[in-house]
Amino acid sequence: MSVTYNFGFMDEHAKKEVRRSILKAISIPGYQVPYSSREMPMGRGFGTGGLQITLSLIGADETLKVIDQGSDDSVNAVNLRQFVELTCPGVNTTTHLNEATLIQSRHRIPEVPLTPNQTLVLQVPYPDPLVVVEPSEDKRKVMHGEADYARLLVKLYEDIVKFDEITISHRYPTRINGHYVIDPSPIPRWDVPKLHNSPALILFGAGREKKIYAVPPHTKAEPLAFDDVPFRVESFNDAQGNRRPCERCGATDSFLDEYINEDGSKRYQCSDSDYCDTVLAETKEAANA
Amino acid sequence: MGYVAIKGGGQAIRGAEDVLEALRASEGMEGAPLSIDAIENQLRLLTSRIVSEGGLYHPKLAALAIKQSQGDTLEAAFALRAYRSTMPRLMETQAQDTSKMRLIRRISSAFKDIPGGQMLGPTYDYALRLMRLDLTDESPEKFRDIARQFLEQTPEPNLPDTFPKVVEALREEGLLPQAEANEALPFDITREPLIFPVPRSAALATMARAETGSLLALAYSNMRGYGDVHPTIAELRVGYLPVMLPHPITGELTEAGEVLMTECEVVAMYEDDSNHGKPTFTLGYGACFGHNEVKAISMAILDRALQKGMKEGASNPSEDPEFVLLHVDGVDSMGFASHYKMPHYVTFQSDMDRLRTTQQKHEDSKNTKMGDAQ
Repeated sequence: MSVTYNFGFMDEHAKKEVRRSILKAISIPGYQVPYSSREMPMGRGFGTGGLQITLSLIGADETLKVIDQGSDDSVNAVNLRQFVELTCPGVNTTTHLNEATLIQSRHRIPEVPLTPNQTLVLQVPYPDPLVVVEPSEDKRKVMHGEADYARLLVKLYEDIVKFDEITISHRYPTRINGHYVIDPSPIPRWDVPKLHNSPALILFGAGREKKIYAVPPHTKAEPLAFDDVPFRVESFNDAQGNRRPCERCGATDSFLDEYINEDGSKRYQCSDSDYCDTVLAETKEAANA
Repeated sequence: MGYVAIKGGGQAIRGAEDVLEALRASEGMEGAPLSIDAIENQLRLLTSRIVSEGGLYHPKLAALAIKQSQGDTLEAAFALRAYRSTMPRLMETQAQDTSKMRLIRRISSAFKDIPGGQMLGPTYDYALRLMRLDLTDESPEKFRDIARQFLEQTPEPNLPDTFPKVVEALREEGLLPQAEANEALPFDITREPLIFPVPRSAALATMARAETGSLLALAYSNMRGYGDVHPTIAELRVGYLPVMLPHPITGELTEAGEVLMTECEVVAMYEDDSNHGKPTFTLGYGACFGHNEVKAISMAILDRALQKGMKEGASNPSEDPEFVLLHVDGVDSMGFASHYKMPHYVTFQSDMDRLRTTQQKHEDSKNTKMGDAQ
């Protein structure tokens, strides 16, 4: 009994199918393209949708960066990166955003703007923003086709009536190219504006739910909001209204993770570890100069 | 100050692998590794479950999957399923004739006497579930003698090659409608996503590799009252089905091997026919790789429930194709349940931002109201 694996683990027919689905997703921005989705050797929900896109696109000339929660060294990012290294011999991997051509990420879009020669692959647990108002996929497909997002807007309105705020935190429903509303994956509100007119192609892969969708480069991406209640990102201001800096690199323009010290006090650091390292190195360089 | 974010992932994963492996071998000097053959034969029902849920008939690899997952059925089926992703699809098999099964067991609860006879075969159905303490320290000699003695004492069987299907008799009598010739290609769930509404073949294929417990729970809900199938088992058969494939050169159907399968047909009480045709019983069908009787019965009941749901609309969860078919896959459901163990720092940070903003507004409005009152 012996077992050998193809480059990229999946058989070539499967990879071709994923690429065809990606082309369709790019052609119809925001439309969820159903595809058959193979089982990957890691858990459904651990990024198998993103991984199938990555494995279908990757070739020996690509440099891959894998991040999870903004970090290259989190358990899941390490696991996915090692799997790609194992099954795609010759592929380069990196933790530096500026070296990467292909970036697979969970829950974050890097702080530094992406470039036209980069592709971002986001892992998606729930591809359909309408699932909060309609459990049947059959019915949701019709609603998407007709751009009927009335019930979703009513949900946002009801939030405002009840809480004086829209309570959706991450996975903020975002309208792409004026028609389809997508679930942009569990990125925080902070990252949603980065989808708008992005110079890089952004692909979304939902393995368990068997869907691929895309925000092509230079495409409109507008979070759902009302004229009198504009969309707002997370606030990192302290009680006095001052923007908290990252306690490690000092950046005041990044999404911060909150940590609780042993004594119960709080501490804030960049969620994007590569960005934090870059800012820290620049600060040191400036100090030495 | 060090970077406290999620660091050291690679080292942690290697450590986890090491400790898992150490636990597998924790018998120490007394221990002997489980052989793949021992798992395949002595844990044959476990192996059956894995080939069925893994959706790949490879008992040896299933046994290996059981060994490496330390007996976790969800993990083992998952490993087999992932291995399946590396294999291309070479051809479509034609419908196989289950009357040609080499049977090890065959029962009907509808008729006392069925053509070809009932054959109880290997089953725990009528066993007393008492602890068999004699198995706690079985000697290898005695163990090896069991099969030899059984074969010596069993008379040469005088069995026909094929057994007629019980449902055929019901069809001839007009109690069941004639099977409609179905020329449509079967839906391949491994190559096409389920887009509802789906054909019955997609439902059957999905259930055939579904997680046993999930199928049982949904079928049980129907049996208990959230549904109205009230099934009678026309026939349950377990045996080796010859797999007939077209010969690569001549195209002639040739036996390529055989697979152990369980097949169940349930008959349910007739319904009012809205077309004013002759009333008949209705049929539910279940079949899966391996010897998995509870799974095949559950599948047959759900098949009948889903047919009703597809025709008349669902009045219970077990009749709703989306509800049943999207929630019975073990690889999907266990994967998603497990993923909650991964870090969710960013999304939780975002949640806290929403909650704090809302709480602040709540406080502000309370203060304003108190101010108004003063």
